[in-house]
Amino acid sequence: MELLRLATAGSVDDGKSTLIGRLLFDSKAIFEDQLASVERASVQRGHEYTNLALLTDGLRAEREQGITIDVAYRYFATPRRKFIIADTPGHVQYTRNMVTGASTADVAVILVDARKGLLEQSRRHAFIATLLRIPHLVVAVNKMDLVDWDETCFRTIVDDFSAFSSSLLPVADVTFIPMSALQGDNVVDRSTRMPWYDGLPLLEHLETVHIAEDRNLVDMRFPVQYVVRPMSEAHHDYRGYAGQVAGGVLRAGDEVVVLPSGQRSTVAGIDTYDGPVEEAFTGMSVTVRLTDDVDISRGDMLVRADDEPSTSQDVEAVVCWMVDQPLRHGGRYAIKHTTRWARAMVADLIYRLDVNSLERDDAATELALNEIGRVRLRVTAPLMHDPYGVNRTTGSFILVDESTNVTAGAGMITSD
Amino acid sequence: MVVDERPNATLTTSSPAKPLGKYELSHLDALESEAVFIFREVAAELERPVVLFSGGKDSIVLLRLAEKAFRPAGFPFPVMHIDTGHNFPEVLDFRDRRVAELGERLIVASVQESIDKGRAVEEPGENSSRNRLQTVTLLDAIVEHGFDACFGGGRRDEEKARAKERVFSFRDEFGQWDPKRQRPELWSLYNGRIRKGEHIRAFPISNWTELDVWQYIARENLEVPEMYFAHRRQVVERDTMLLAVSEWIQPRAGESTYEATVRYRTVGDMNCTGAVESSATNVAEIIEEVAATRITERGATRADDRFSEAAMEDRKKEGYF
Repeated sequence: MELLRLATAGSVDDGKSTLIGRLLFDSKAIFEDQLASVERASVQRGHEYTNLALLTDGLRAEREQGITIDVAYRYFATPRRKFIIADTPGHVQYTRNMVTGASTADVAVILVDARKGLLEQSRRHAFIATLLRIPHLVVAVNKMDLVDWDETCFRTIVDDFSAFSSSLLPVADVTFIPMSALQGDNVVDRSTRMPWYDGLPLLEHLETVHIAEDRNLVDMRFPVQYVVRPMSEAHHDYRGYAGQVAGGVLRAGDEVVVLPSGQRSTVAGIDTYDGPVEEAFTGMSVTVRLTDDVDISRGDMLVRADDEPSTSQDVEAVVCWMVDQPLRHGGRYAIKHTTRWARAMVADLIYRLDVNSLERDDAATELALNEIGRVRLRVTAPLMHDPYGVNRTTGSFILVDESTNVTAGAGMITSD
Repeated sequence: MVVDERPNATLTTSSPAKPLGKYELSHLDALESEAVFIFREVAAELERPVVLFSGGKDSIVLLRLAEKAFRPAGFPFPVMHIDTGHNFPEVLDFRDRRVAELGERLIVASVQESIDKGRAVEEPGENSSRNRLQTVTLLDAIVEHGFDACFGGGRRDEEKARAKERVFSFRDEFGQWDPKRQRPELWSLYNGRIRKGEHIRAFPISNWTELDVWQYIARENLEVPEMYFAHRRQVVERDTMLLAVSEWIQPRAGESTYEATVRYRTVGDMNCTGAVESSATNVAEIIEEVAATRITERGATRADDRFSEAAMEDRKKEGYF
């Protein structure tokens, strides 16, 4: 069974909690005691209906304020797939949370209220999903019951979205689904009230959308995470380089280059706890042995000789800023890229992007909390990187404020 | 146990999982790889980690994942158990045997010792729970041994405060969790930077569900304490939970004891962990039962989580697991 990571964006008003509640309830991932506790809490708060948002709003502060502050993770499974939902708040002041939830997602579900059409908020969500290179987008046109299941209303939203998305970066595969989360139409079961819609209901789409091809299985990238040296009699000379394959397929016998040093060696074997394997592909955690005694440590990268990533101390990236203290020209931060830590200086803030209008402000001098912009960084050590659009693992980094140790920014490396 | 009679649209309309393609990971392999990555990341970035082991199913899985991450080498950290003094004896036997088999180092930190030293005060009332007191013992042990990271078996599906917790969860110098000031956590770029006196709680199986844990136990053929399987036991029903009659649990006025066929879904203290009626005598039957159950494991079995809507959040803020 495959694992699919899903990010949902929208506000309570769009019926997002109702939608998630229904997916969880119909797939039996909401339990009776959870439901009873939500029912009790809803009554106590004087809500007229069982407020399923209370299921995901797990923190005291969230329940007090009636808003979702943070990303909540939810789990459900069908016989076909296991799903992890990153449920993110939709308001602009929580852009950083949506970016967080979107960073690992295979599919984004963006909720649109059929009565209101495509609002600024939906455009922002689509932009962020595209920026984070979520390969599949679902535009869930919800509350179709309140527009009398009207096809024209649905088509207008489809056309508006398509016109807007053509101005974005290379857009993912987009699927439009008309639904009523409240009444259950086209969520799990096919709606009988919209015969004009010949696509799949949401759950069936999520069960069948093809995600295997989304990973980069071409360019082999193996960031060394940890050196396994047993220091025991039985394994006296064992020296293995442990890590998770970040791209492509690594095979025993492959000739590899160690970056950044450029030394060459050959893969002697690929070990796992369950025994050696002939090949390791993207996503697998393994331990690699080489035929030569070369100097390798955490943060280095094994790649194939004829297929190297860019190796440079200068990178350009789109950054989402996540802390109150703004990013400014000249700012210095710790940077983590794959398994490598270094320090980075903001050499240039090229422009700030308005996440609603997508207009670029070339005169901007800082990025404040929840703002997104393009920067050029000078890094103290070379980063072995690919454009984020080519590889989400070797194309991403975080910036950390060295005085507080807080993660301050998320970066996606752009192609040169 | 309660079995849902609702027709399940999903189960009836959906065809079975398609076979995995050549370069696809199964959900268990993907979860395992993620957990191994987390173990190695903590071992690489922090100076003195420790893995917490209760003898329960989640921490049994943790130890197997640590083997997967570091063998043929030994663990680059010790194993620690917080012993409340109210543990099921068979779990303590199991703990000692398992750690010995692995050839790893075990540290036992005792709640009773914390009480004897005056660091912790037993809560008033008959058979009071030592659940909260464990926090004192845990935080003291962290300081005593200079640990800067603790691996725990917490899962986000267990409880709604945990659903919001990071994989690398920052604790300040008082061991406290501040849910409003969590570090953003993106991709697999975990931030383990701390100052002296602070520490990281790391949760390698954050994204696992109870069902995933049992499926993994089956796949890896892992031994678990016998109390997870159906057995006959003297119980008393209290607050809709079945509690085992023991040194700490005796029938109160109006309560009666009886023998029932039960099993445990979680391993905790004898006086606050409930059993569920069950006939599951092996892992395959437990998987069937867990797949059909309609009650969360904490809701079914933990008196300590019934205090309020935010019981777990409040305990975690104090430094609980």
